Amino acid sequence: MLETSALACERGGLRLFSDVNLTLAPGGLLRVRGANGSGKTTLLRTLAGLTRPAAGEVRWRGNPIGDDYRREMLFLGHAAAVKDELTVLENLEFSSRFSCLEISESKIKSALESLGIARLADLPARYLSQGQRKRAALARLALSAGVPLWLLDEPFAALDDEGIAQLRKICAAHLAGGGMLVLTSHQDVEIACAAAWSVELRG
Amino acid sequence: MHSFVSVLRRELQIALRRKGDALNVLVFFIVVASLFPFGVGPEANQLRAMAAGVAWIAALLAAVLSLPRLFAADHADGTLEQMLVAPQPLALVVLAKITGHWLLTGLPLALAAPLIGLQYGLPADALGLLIVSLLIGTPVLSFLGAAGAALTLGVRGGGALLALLILPLFVPVLVFGAGAVTAGLTGINPSAHLSLLGAILAVSSLIGPWAACAALRVALD
Repeated sequence: MLETSALACERGGLRLFSDVNLTLAPGGLLRVRGANGSGKTTLLRTLAGLTRPAAGEVRWRGNPIGDDYRREMLFLGHAAAVKDELTVLENLEFSSRFSCLEISESKIKSALESLGIARLADLPARYLSQGQRKRAALARLALSAGVPLWLLDEPFAALDDEGIAQLRKICAAHLAGGGMLVLTSHQDVEIACAAAWSVELRG
Repeated sequence: MHSFVSVLRRELQIALRRKGDALNVLVFFIVVASLFPFGVGPEANQLRAMAAGVAWIAALLAAVLSLPRLFAADHADGTLEQMLVAPQPLALVVLAKITGHWLLTGLPLALAAPLIGLQYGLPADALGLLIVSLLIGTPVLSFLGAAGAALTLGVRGGGALLALLILPLFVPVLVFGAGAVTAGLTGINPSAHLSLLGAILAVSSLIGPWAACAALRVALD
């Protein structure tokens, strides 16, 4: 279970939000909404442990976030973390090995399949379009079903209708399996789930 | 350990597909060292006396040339962010990146040293000392340089700032590295210089990665 208590964040001396209290239970979906610059990304990075909050704290299973938390959390930010020099397959092999997921090549291929980029597996990532690159980054989700908490920053950006549908399916399956999902999004993409909350950030 | 191996393997894999980066540093080292005889004239004794200093200064400059790229690409494409949120200890990741940097820049410089020895007419034993001093000293450049690269990450004009920050820190390496060769040339036992160089390596291998980790966390906050 993910909780925040009286969370406040600042960027460059500017208070973005304060007193954010969230609770997310297994199977729950949390949408973070707000205008440009309202602190959606900052909130997500704070939940991921990248940015230190100005006040308050983030707790995972009742404890302040630490090493155990990082093993049970997957964060995908704006940048795709896809290396131009490596092929799509090599990129995924590295990122899953690095996240301590033991994964076979056939599993990676089927993950690429689920995002419709299986035929790009052996292509160096520098030839990918923006949307394809996003799909390559999101393919990690299909391999991370066992990771309970997903934090996704603008996952639907740069995706076409087909890509959005595929991602919705992956997210819905994750939530149905008792996973937790926090996402920021400008689009109102519906994701089937047992319990959905949304938080609106205002300056 | 397994994250160390996978990061190092990836570093080498990427370098293999971008051979230009490592090659540029090596060619830069050779070109800089080759410029000096044009400037100071072809007097053999003079050249022999300055060979070690020139080789070492060229090595420092080559290291400074290569360092800004150490974390910049990973920072730009989001890989660094993933490394910070991953369950792996960041220190191992940084250590792997430093090792990769040395294998791709420091080691080739040490191996290219005979070329410079030949140009400056260094006798064989002094050339041997130059190679040994480069083998012990260049990892220090990678260790301390990683801390500098992490500190200047994301700063505009970071390359110049990095050079200003890190070159003074390289002075002891230069003194004892070039000193070992000069000592050998003048018939003094160079082992004191090499031992001190080894001590600097030991200290920098502890401080460098630790400082780099702390600086990376701040840079990505």
